[in-house]
Amino acid sequence: MYVAVKGGERAIDNAHAWLAEERRGDPSVTELTLPQIREQLKLAVNRVMAEGSLYDPDLAALAIKQARGDLIEAIFLIRAYRTTLPRLGASQPVETAAMAVDRRVSATFKDLPGGQVLGPTFDYTHRLLDFKLAAEGELPVAPLAPASPETVPHVTGLLDRDGLIEAAPREETPPPDLTREPLELPANRPLRLQAITRGDEGFILSLAYSTQRGYGRTHAFVGELRIGRVPVEMDIPELGFAIEIGEVELTECETVNQFKGSKTEPPQFTRGYGLTFGQTERKAIAMSLVDRALRWQELGEDFTGAPAQDEEFVLSHCDNIQATGFLEHIKLPHYVDFQSELELVRRLRAEAMQIQEAAE
Amino acid sequence: MSDAYNFAYLDEQTKRMIRRAILKGIAVPGYQVPFASREMPMPYGWGTGGVQVTAACLTPDDRLKVIDQGADDTTNAVSIRKFFQRTAGVAVTEATAEATVIQTRHRIPETPLCEGQILVYQVPIPEPLRFLEPRETETRKMHELEEYGLMHVKLYEDIARHGTIATAYAYPVKVEGRYVMDPSPIPKFDNPKLSDNPAIQLFGAGREQRIYALPPYTQVISLDFEDHPFEASKAPHDCDLCGAGDSYLDEVITDDRGSRMYVCSDTDFCAGRRAAGHVGRLGQPGAAE
Repeated sequence: MYVAVKGGERAIDNAHAWLAEERRGDPSVTELTLPQIREQLKLAVNRVMAEGSLYDPDLAALAIKQARGDLIEAIFLIRAYRTTLPRLGASQPVETAAMAVDRRVSATFKDLPGGQVLGPTFDYTHRLLDFKLAAEGELPVAPLAPASPETVPHVTGLLDRDGLIEAAPREETPPPDLTREPLELPANRPLRLQAITRGDEGFILSLAYSTQRGYGRTHAFVGELRIGRVPVEMDIPELGFAIEIGEVELTECETVNQFKGSKTEPPQFTRGYGLTFGQTERKAIAMSLVDRALRWQELGEDFTGAPAQDEEFVLSHCDNIQATGFLEHIKLPHYVDFQSELELVRRLRAEAMQIQEAAE
Repeated sequence: MSDAYNFAYLDEQTKRMIRRAILKGIAVPGYQVPFASREMPMPYGWGTGGVQVTAACLTPDDRLKVIDQGADDTTNAVSIRKFFQRTAGVAVTEATAEATVIQTRHRIPETPLCEGQILVYQVPIPEPLRFLEPRETETRKMHELEEYGLMHVKLYEDIARHGTIATAYAYPVKVEGRYVMDPSPIPKFDNPKLSDNPAIQLFGAGREQRIYALPPYTQVISLDFEDHPFEASKAPHDCDLCGAGDSYLDEVITDDRGSRMYVCSDTDFCAGRRAAGHVGRLGQPGAAE
């Protein structure tokens, strides 16, 4: 005998209790601490900060712990928290040319002012499982070198001096804020870059890859990739000048793209730009490729129908919090709409059967 | 009630922004107003638009009802109701007639609404033309120019292929002779209740960043053709618990031999009828909880 479904509330409470127990796992294993996550799963923390668009390694570590390592879930926790925070003001634009670089590589020049610095990269590691890590480890120590007093100018700036690359004049109008205004299309470049920098790493990666394989090809060289810390300064109205309020770690990628000129532009190199929180270089490189692909219109290139060129397609689908929410909502009850479809299909079938029988 | 957040979770600036969008929506019935939807502490697609609209409408004196599929006790309705109990401390009810604000997913309550009530719909895809034209830039233009030919062609093709309009839910409507609107995925059985309704009807789509509205007593016509008039259909049964012949029914599979029973999807309506002594085919007299 059917009883009207009751007990949703108790079911939810029980599910949450079970989830909490599962999150902790085997209690005989030591519990993870936030400093452990922050220090030893730093790249996960970085991704959560970048896509959560909130620079706070401790909160990101907490979110990762709470989300049981599901990074999209952790990003969601950070986003939901972020929206509740008051806006105290806007910082000065950060000056990435003044970055204290941990890593700086250029694929376009063998050597250049500021030099090439590999930094802590997986690039040339052989991907062999290091079974020593499975045991209690020794303390790895890296050799130290004195910090170079040399400034590290942007590669694109060096090209710009000769007019070889499109000019990027300083823009004084404040950019629109994606998190405070509804996204209306067509968007402009600052809005696109905001959307992509918090967009899903996997989605942006695949789009960038698709441009390399010919779907909106832009032939990008990594002019420069730099990772390091920059000071954040803010104007304090009471003081009348800007003071440093902290520093953030950023990854910046500038691509130099082949460009043969178009109906409106002379032949010169063009730019793609990526900037992300933390050490997140896959994302920053991918971002710069997608940025460049999306610029076809302003550069007078042809729209080839490639997904990476399609602003509406990219911006409407790059946010993994929107995507995962809508994707997963289909597991919610749909009895009512399904019931209406059921009735419709039954009626259409009955009519079709009647016609068939009449014909026989 | 949690003190860590503002009343009804959203900060006052955000609520003001949402209220402006709601007012604009009410001023232009059926028009989709863009709004700066916030990330909510529940996933997009799970009612974040409705939750934001409800949050912007609630006052401490309100009495809130939340339903999903017509029922107060479905898991997501429970979760949303709890959210507002926790963040706004408002009174809640399951009785349609007692609620001042009702948030719903996929249904309009059977009990007629009255003046002073607000019905808030959760909307997944606010654009009725979306599955005919995926681009927002195009569909906005189509609304501007009142260019709805594509929709009529779609309905006509349904008739040509199936002999009937093969849309059973989210059935498109025209509002006050101007905007074609998606009524959210309610069954078309509910469409007639949209029109001339004394309550304020608000539609919130969080992920898609749109709010639209029907002020009280707005004319809402379900699209159709003269020779294929709109028909509000339901399962050809009565409720097996309360015997109602005029309510929308859920079909419940009761064994693996094809047995079915049909029960009101609106649980408050069904319980009210049973309490009043109505008994259906499988109901027990006086069994209403």
